[in-house]
Amino acid sequence: MNNTLLARSADALYWLARYVERAENLARILDVNDTFARDRTGGQNWLSIVQLNADREAFFARHPTADAARVIGFYVADTTNPTSIASAVRAARENARTLRPLISTEMWVQLNVFHNRLATVTAADLTPGRLSPLLAQVKEGCQTHTGITEGTFFRDEGWYFYQLGRYLERADQTTRLLDVKYHVLLPDQQDPGSAVDVSQWNALLRSAAGYHAYRRLHATGITPGQVAGFLLLNRRFPRSVYLCVREAELLLAELGARYGLRGGHRAAEQLDGLRGLLSGVTIEDVLIGGLHEFLDEVQRQLNRTAAALGIGFFGYPEQSESETSESAQ
Amino acid sequence: MILSDYTSPGFYCELTDSPDSAPIRARLESLTIDALHRRAAAAEAELYNLGITFTVYSDKDAIDRILPFDVIPRVIPAAEWARIESGVIQRVAALNLLLADLYHDQRILKDRILPADLILDHKQFRPEMQGIDLPHGTYVHICGTDIIRGADGGFMVLEDNARTPSGVSYVIENRHMMLRAFPDLIDGVGVRPIDSYGLQLRAALRECAPVADPAIVLLSPGSYNSAFFEHVFLAREMGVPLVEGRDLVVIDDRVFMRTIGGHAPVEMIYRRLNDDFLDPEAFNPDSMLGVKGLMRAYRAGNVGLANAVGTGIADDKAVYAYMPRIIRYYLGQDPILPNVETHLCREADGLAYTLDHLDQLVVKPVGEAGGYGITIGPRASRAELDACRAQLLADPANYISQPCISLSVAPTLVEGRVEPRHVDLRPFAITGAKTWVLPGGLTRVALREGSLIVNSSQGGGSKDTWVLE
Repeated sequence: MNNTLLARSADALYWLARYVERAENLARILDVNDTFARDRTGGQNWLSIVQLNADREAFFARHPTADAARVIGFYVADTTNPTSIASAVRAARENARTLRPLISTEMWVQLNVFHNRLATVTAADLTPGRLSPLLAQVKEGCQTHTGITEGTFFRDEGWYFYQLGRYLERADQTTRLLDVKYHVLLPDQQDPGSAVDVSQWNALLRSAAGYHAYRRLHATGITPGQVAGFLLLNRRFPRSVYLCVREAELLLAELGARYGLRGGHRAAEQLDGLRGLLSGVTIEDVLIGGLHEFLDEVQRQLNRTAAALGIGFFGYPEQSESETSESAQ
Repeated sequence: MILSDYTSPGFYCELTDSPDSAPIRARLESLTIDALHRRAAAAEAELYNLGITFTVYSDKDAIDRILPFDVIPRVIPAAEWARIESGVIQRVAALNLLLADLYHDQRILKDRILPADLILDHKQFRPEMQGIDLPHGTYVHICGTDIIRGADGGFMVLEDNARTPSGVSYVIENRHMMLRAFPDLIDGVGVRPIDSYGLQLRAALRECAPVADPAIVLLSPGSYNSAFFEHVFLAREMGVPLVEGRDLVVIDDRVFMRTIGGHAPVEMIYRRLNDDFLDPEAFNPDSMLGVKGLMRAYRAGNVGLANAVGTGIADDKAVYAYMPRIIRYYLGQDPILPNVETHLCREADGLAYTLDHLDQLVVKPVGEAGGYGITIGPRASRAELDACRAQLLADPANYISQPCISLSVAPTLVEGRVEPRHVDLRPFAITGAKTWVLPGGLTRVALREGSLIVNSSQGGGSKDTWVLE
């Protein structure tokens, strides 16, 4: 049989995975911020979450200040905010709806029930004491999706696009997390004596589910550089940018070889370059050159990879160089 | 004892009047009303979670609704089914012969069996189809025949659906639901299986394609269509891609779909899109759902369509009135399943009779589907009858009338008890080189007490339909 995977379906599979991954990451970040990320005065920095999602404009158009209740409401349940968990899960489910002939019944049912559950969330569920269990449910919902997919989704071309979406989104999320948090958490430059706030760096690692793995690797202490290096360059941590890029590169190569598809060569070139960038540096090099500048370059290359997939496989027009539109239904 | 208080005076009951249903009645009697309610609630929750739903759109929200499901099955004894099956096959054969004739020599018009103006001026008659030869002469690959049963227990055909009949997904999902929720009810009862619908459909599409080993797709209007679940279901059952108009492109009169590897040929299309929307070049130019140039590819014989274009002329309610004559004309047989007596208001006699007996008749517009625009004389108010009379006089050709049939009933679970509710039956017939009928079909039930309208858009539900071995 020839390739019969519709370009539109491949696109929807890719976005299905991205949206679920996005919802999971957002739940992690909100949960950790709610639970662990207190500074020495006991305050929480909720604005950094708005920055992390590049939502300053949209957020302050709706809210005067970035306090806990407002940021949580904006990112958990606000369906008018396209970057909320509710919107991501809804978008995942709408993609899944168009994909029902391809995905397993169990994948669809779980997402449908998950979505319907989130649709019943009220303001009362977002209050202290109830938020964390809700976010745990979101994480678990996303991970259940991932597990069901692993166990039931047929491994043809569609599987590769799904996995590509997952790893590219994860790389993107880790990059953003690091970019925003690193600079917020660095010791005060004006006060060289100020201590590294260990609990905040721990919280950053917990956001990426990397705390325990990091401890195994760096048992003696915690330094900002080591944390950044771990999240960016570690070869075995499943949420490190390096690992995600490497996985995406392997997936794309296998997709091309196994199914005789030629649409991936530009994306493959991008990923090859990106992996080269990530494997050729140490974290010390990165910090000297500027972490923010480095992460910006990584983001640009991730975006170019996504755009190249759009043109090579999903039938997007040629000129959209800078960023793929989140065309997803 | 769930049936101990049950009676259905004046109506034929599909369960209690049926000679072969004793074993099922006995099994039902072993359940309590509470148990029925509990299992019914579980079944409906499962349908909702499975997304076996049709979608209703309000201002901003898409609301998924399940087709209400009644857990007490409708039973059809083997002998009754044999009659329905042969009647449906006969009817589909006549419809296909009629369409082949209308789009070729038009003998039936020349012989004055059918009035030429009824056909040639009809908006569903497609001159684009003139002279096209279709494999096996099959126009109506999928047909849904709406059948009712009167107080005397006789079956009658109420309507033919020869365009894009829907509902078959509910038939099969209802069965799966019953097997899960009521294994004890079906255990030991010989019920004909219905699982092969997808295979039969795929085989028929293959037989009617222009090439030997066709690439088949199902063309849907998209995920916003209320019947999208059924499109998903059928694509999955056949193992073919579910495409939308924007996934297809016509190049040099050949159809391709846009895949990750470029353009892949398509040779057979099961389309769930009405003629009007199929091809903006040939029909409605505003259609965003269709495929530009599809009719050119079709006329060139490079792609097959199921159902064929132009079948809407055959399931028109006015043409329906001629079906007994059409069957005799082409097949030389008497109809196995009779029509409901029908008065054509386009004819002077029919109009006069209808106006004289308005309070006893059901008046239907010929072009509508879904139970819209119907006036039920015995239930209508004075004002409604007057409005109906005015419409009839203004545009008589747009209406037919029929006697008010005392539709058969079936025991149905309502709040805390089991009561009779009116039902109909839509068997599904698939035709490639020959015709196959899915055992049973969709039993629709009017859930409101006394209601005769079973359409899902008007408060109808469905039941599993058991054809006994």
